[in-house]
Amino acid sequence: MPHWLDLMLQSLGPLLWAGLVFTVPLTLLSFAFGLSLGFLTALARLYGPPPLAGLARFYVWIIRGTPLLVQLFVIFYGLPSVGILLDAFPAALIGFTLNVGAYSSEIVRAVIASIPKGQWEASYSIGMSWSQALRRTVLPQAARTAVPPLSNTFISLVKDTSLAAAVTVPELFQAAQRIVAVTYEPLIIYIEAALIYLALSSVLSALQDRLEKRLARSSGLSEATA
Amino acid sequence: MIRLSKIEKSFGPLAVLRGVSLTVAEGSVTALIGPSGSGKSTLLRCVNLLEIPEAGELVLGEETVRFTGRAPDRETIRRVRLQTGMVFQNFQLFPHRTALGNVMESLLVVLKWPEDKARARAMELLDKVGLAHRADAWPAQLSGGQQQRVAIARALASSPRVLLCDEPTSALDPELALEVVEVLTQLAREGTTMMIATHDLRLAASVAQEAALLEAGEIVESGPARELFTNPRQGRTRRFISTLRAEAPGIAPA
Repeated sequence: MPHWLDLMLQSLGPLLWAGLVFTVPLTLLSFAFGLSLGFLTALARLYGPPPLAGLARFYVWIIRGTPLLVQLFVIFYGLPSVGILLDAFPAALIGFTLNVGAYSSEIVRAVIASIPKGQWEASYSIGMSWSQALRRTVLPQAARTAVPPLSNTFISLVKDTSLAAAVTVPELFQAAQRIVAVTYEPLIIYIEAALIYLALSSVLSALQDRLEKRLARSSGLSEATA
Repeated sequence: MIRLSKIEKSFGPLAVLRGVSLTVAEGSVTALIGPSGSGKSTLLRCVNLLEIPEAGELVLGEETVRFTGRAPDRETIRRVRLQTGMVFQNFQLFPHRTALGNVMESLLVVLKWPEDKARARAMELLDKVGLAHRADAWPAQLSGGQQQRVAIARALASSPRVLLCDEPTSALDPELALEVVEVLTQLAREGTTMMIATHDLRLAASVAQEAALLEAGEIVESGPARELFTNPRQGRTRRFISTLRAEAPGIAPA
């Protein structure tokens, strides 16, 4: 067996373990929380009273205008000096959640705004309240348009979680760094880590494809049924 | 009975309705005609409170809404909307629901009917507009005329006191418009109270007993449709009718 393959196989276990225990949960949790935050932020910007809409705009401005790595450092290394001491994983989770929240809020805002006014009026005209119209008419249509851009955010997030290594979360990339520290084989190990990220995002892309097809089928808008 | 009294509505500096009063008897059909921008659509939209007038009064059966410049409370708005059905120029069906789903929507979501009861009622209405066989079709699979007929069924679902039709045929080819006119004529025959804003003299002449001409936010002339179309008292009405007739020759000859 060639040396590089042997090395890859030996390190595969620890890398996958780190991915399974840290990268995947960090991704899933921060996406779920971030999307919820993004949804609320979008609603605040679209329909909230001016102070709330202003706050939402301020939040998006700060998060989008500063590097994610710097945000993570502020949360993990900076906040302890004002008495807020977080473990590495929760600190990273907060950082990624805030990040996903800001980016996804822009997507959610755009897709909600893209639903024609007439759809709201049709909903009101049959007696629906604002929240019923949002839930029953607007969001189902907006969700369909939102899948590709939100999938994009999701796939970026999987890769961005490697930044958590810098705030001591022992996720996939940090596991790779540790293995390199003892084997002195950066090329092989980092390529292996890259391949695992590639596999993860490929699985997600495939899921996105299936979700898009399913949503299209259930709305009668796909070419297949038109 | 639906009675509008001294309804006033502006959009910013633009006064769209300037003290419009109109009474529609139960079981009658009133056509609102008038040039674009005359306020006919806005008047219809004031009846189901998609627009809130600044002043005036709306009586809808037992419900009386006095407009004071502030929006009525939510419960009043909901009650008024359940008593009015709206048919839009460009249908506005919910594209993510089937024809049946569109008609069932208000019954399920607003009136909280059980699924099977809502389904039965919706099928009955689709049958009334001749589309029971297309119940499971998506809006995108239906022709414009069929979409508008589903929209009519949807508007009728909550058994409204009045059906408001805002240019129901003007987004349709003449041929497709005809099937919508036929459905509305049938509804009129069955005693459905309707207010129809339209440019379509064929629709107005075949469905309406009453008519009112609006111009610049005021009612110029109103009365029995036949008389208004054939023997208008006002010069402005005469001119407007003749432009409509030029668009649709052979309809309701003088």
